Amino acid sequence: MTPPPSQGIRLEVRGLSKSYNGQPVLRELSFAVEPGEVFVIMGPSGSGKTVLLKHLIGLETPDAGEILLEGEPVGPPETLSRHRVAMVFQSGALLNSLTVAENVGLYLAEHRLKPPAEIRRIVSEKLARLGLAGTEDRLPAELSGGMKKRVAIARALVIEPQLIFYDEPTSELDPLSAVTIGRELCRLNRDLGVTSVVVTHDRDLAFGIAHRIAVLHAGRFLALGTPDQVRAHPDPVVQQFLRADFSFSAAPNHLPQPAAP
Amino acid sequence: MFHDLGEVLLLLGRTVRALPHTVRQGRKVMEQLFEIGNASLLMACLLSLFIGGVLALQTGPVMAERGLHHFIGQIVGLSMCRELAPVMMAVLIAGRIGSAMAAEIGSMQVYQEIDALRTMSINPVHYLVLPRLVAISIALPVLVIFSILVGWVGGALVAVTNYQISLSLHGYVKSLGNGVDVMDVVNGLLKSLGFAVAIGAIACQQGLATTGGPRGIGRSVTKAVVNSIVVILLLDYVFTRLLMHLD
Repeated sequence: MTPPPSQGIRLEVRGLSKSYNGQPVLRELSFAVEPGEVFVIMGPSGSGKTVLLKHLIGLETPDAGEILLEGEPVGPPETLSRHRVAMVFQSGALLNSLTVAENVGLYLAEHRLKPPAEIRRIVSEKLARLGLAGTEDRLPAELSGGMKKRVAIARALVIEPQLIFYDEPTSELDPLSAVTIGRELCRLNRDLGVTSVVVTHDRDLAFGIAHRIAVLHAGRFLALGTPDQVRAHPDPVVQQFLRADFSFSAAPNHLPQPAAP
Repeated sequence: MFHDLGEVLLLLGRTVRALPHTVRQGRKVMEQLFEIGNASLLMACLLSLFIGGVLALQTGPVMAERGLHHFIGQIVGLSMCRELAPVMMAVLIAGRIGSAMAAEIGSMQVYQEIDALRTMSINPVHYLVLPRLVAISIALPVLVIFSILVGWVGGALVAVTNYQISLSLHGYVKSLGNGVDVMDVVNGLLKSLGFAVAIGAIACQQGLATTGGPRGIGRSVTKAVVNSIVVILLLDYVFTRLLMHLD
């Protein structure tokens, strides 16, 4: 899969390191995400994926190394304000005291970028795009997990982003909802040409949407390349992660036999 | 403790710098004012009625025995203005509103809502702290005015109806009018403004510093209330000395 021509922006990470209480979590990571690319960072739980994402969006400060958006360091808040960057959090991170419409329109309303009527129109359009028409007045607590994630994506879209970060977009979702989210993610990339960085441990999602995949383990990239290159990577830890499944040879013997009708 | 104090002062500084944005956050200030007033007014009045009454009950018979019952209005009036209304209302607000602020902001911190605000370039100090701090700084002095008035009524009820005191209403009001000056009320209001800023800043700082899930939220709420009450009592002494000096 080749990235579409886009208005997306380039992200570059050089020698990023981070430790907590002397325990290294990220070790000299270097990579670049090209404009319009879907770059998936995959790895087991506790490998440092979310910490890496927090650094990329400027929520954490690295011990060493730098993160550049179109060649500008992410640290100063002006860089993030100059580029349209959005993030979809694992939990959705919707503001529970606001309605769906208020959540989605929050960026426009707080920065007074559009009049209220125009904000309502944009919010309805974004919600309809994600199959959430009619949910404007509902509170986040009244939504299912999949709906919350789609509202979070709609909130990200309102920014008209050039770069979107997704943190575990399919976690805690049933397979059908996960496929819907994956499809939306691809459609946004195809239609809008947004650069997307997706952090996940969902192998199906990663191989379904990625232009390139990086496998993170203990704060280091074990593999980085196209889905085919990663699939064929010789590293045993990568192969173990990719091939883990639920086939237990001893399991059938332990299952109780069904009673005869 | 000193780390928390430093964080509170830093947050206060950032909030003061954000004050020009107050008009933009007007709707949220109004919402917070409604929350505080709605949650506390009835309780504040009830509390004040009994404080005024108990004050008259404790002092009245002893003074009446010595023929000093015409000073009861003055004692209740001054005590309510200068000390009891500001301190008791501040403690009440620290318990009811300070805890709610710390819990709400703490839960937003734990569930990444504040991170979400930051990624949308929305400053949490402008969006969350400023409206709460402005609202509590308006609401607490207003509650203190109610508290003073109701406390006086409570004192009057006891002074007039208690057979050991048997002061006429006219006598009570006259004594109160002779003893209480406008500056005494202003004195109490200034104190309450200081308490309000302290409660708001401590509660918001504890909320923003929350880590570690629901247990962390509980810890922040407890610290917010306890620290607020300790600071209220310390500030009360400092303000009293300062205002006495100015008098």
